[in-house]
Amino acid sequence: MKGILRTPIAEDEVRALKAGDVIYVSGLLFTARDEAHKVLLERGEPFPLEGLALFHCGPVVRKRGDGWEVIAAGPTTSMRMESLEPEFLRRFKPRVIVGKGGMGEETLAALSEVGAVYCHFTGGAGALAAQRIKGVREVHHLEELGIPEAVWVFEVERFGPLVVAMDAHGRSLYAEVGAAVETNLEKVLARTKEG
Amino acid sequence: MREGEDFLPITHHLLHVTEMKNELIEGLKEALRRAATVLPADVVRALEAARDREEGPARVQLEAILENVALAREKGVPICQDTGTQTFFVRVGTKFPYLDELREAIPEAVRRATEEVPLRPNTVHPFTRKNPGDNTGRFIPYITWELVPGDSAEIHLLPKGGGSENCCKLVLLTPAKGIPGVKRAVVEHIAACRGLPCPPTVVGVGIGGGADLSLKLGKLALLRPVGTRHPEPEVAALEEELAGMINALGVGPMGLGGKTTVLAVHIEYAHRHPASFPLGIVVQCWADRRAHVLISPKGEISVTGDA
Repeated sequence: MKGILRTPIAEDEVRALKAGDVIYVSGLLFTARDEAHKVLLERGEPFPLEGLALFHCGPVVRKRGDGWEVIAAGPTTSMRMESLEPEFLRRFKPRVIVGKGGMGEETLAALSEVGAVYCHFTGGAGALAAQRIKGVREVHHLEELGIPEAVWVFEVERFGPLVVAMDAHGRSLYAEVGAAVETNLEKVLARTKEG
Repeated sequence: MREGEDFLPITHHLLHVTEMKNELIEGLKEALRRAATVLPADVVRALEAARDREEGPARVQLEAILENVALAREKGVPICQDTGTQTFFVRVGTKFPYLDELREAIPEAVRRATEEVPLRPNTVHPFTRKNPGDNTGRFIPYITWELVPGDSAEIHLLPKGGGSENCCKLVLLTPAKGIPGVKRAVVEHIAACRGLPCPPTVVGVGIGGGADLSLKLGKLALLRPVGTRHPEPEVAALEEELAGMINALGVGPMGLGGKTTVLAVHIEYAHRHPASFPLGIVVQCWADRRAHVLISPKGEISVTGDA
């Protein structure tokens, strides 16, 4: 399936998605890296996050007049947030997580429990991401956390392509590719020995 | 100020030197901009070839990468939000007349590029966590100086992203393991990295030397354009064999599965101690950003994207 999800995204919309689907998100996307996860879990959400898209990203931004211009905003490695994400999902219920590299088993379980998906956005595609960001609505904890770690709230239009890599039914493309890679590795190394 | 003839040459010299330093700063800033915003043609060609042989999620990733590369170039914005640790390899002639100016110009160019390109402030104090915000700090920008005969200077820029740097590895093999041990260690390591270093990557392999030199050689190997082979046939053959082995793993673009896990494997080597066999594995993300600067003894500066 290929589709555009508009925030706030409903639980049944993400439960309908399957690993391997390619989607786009329009509406509100907020960033949170390690530090922001900790701060939001400690002090609560600055505005309702339910149904929004959470982006693991430390953007390059530039001040323009009273506002901000997003220069580049690709995803960061999601695994760093693994210890914080299950609780974050349960408490704030973002429906789509956007990042790169995938997450662990506890997050995969939380996705099923809460009703959310983890999507892979092409790592390093910071210019493409910035082009789909139409504006910065708000920024939180900027002074305390600095530009890359702050919570940026972006208005996005057709943000993607996003590959649904971990769905709400316990399926993870990363786990599947990982298993295939293990098998292939054994074959490749066996061939080398014989040669 | 013009009363004494004696003043003239001094004033003239100082003016010239100040101008030269500024020219160097501007030239290097443009090289930093170029590296951050324009992906070298050899890398683009390799990514296009990869896109053409992939399908499914792998192809979606490569199409997004190429669209992103074209956008960054057209708009003059960074290809990736992680604009990296600014890394310079300088080969400077022993008779190059602007050595002092060049030494000062490099960090200054980094500060200016951070402001103007802009680059993400990527230097964090490991103890205080403070970020000076200008991409400079203790030992950073990271500069390797090599003295060579002559009167010109050549600089390779390699802004190195954090995600792929986190996948670098030092392996201290026993000499008995030899080259077969190198193959196993490299392939196992790249398999274990999966999608973390943003594949398809370029892998630089440094063999021999001491521990530090092997990693340095791995990084130096990245300066060579994708599509070129080591001049020695034995080394070139190993580069191709390793690339084939890694691409048979099926990690694929971004670790989502596929035929292309590396665009290339580059090897450099040094002689080793009889008791040691160091192996440095350096991983570079698909955004294999590089720029090249030549400075003539007259102070003419040329900047190109290709190494």
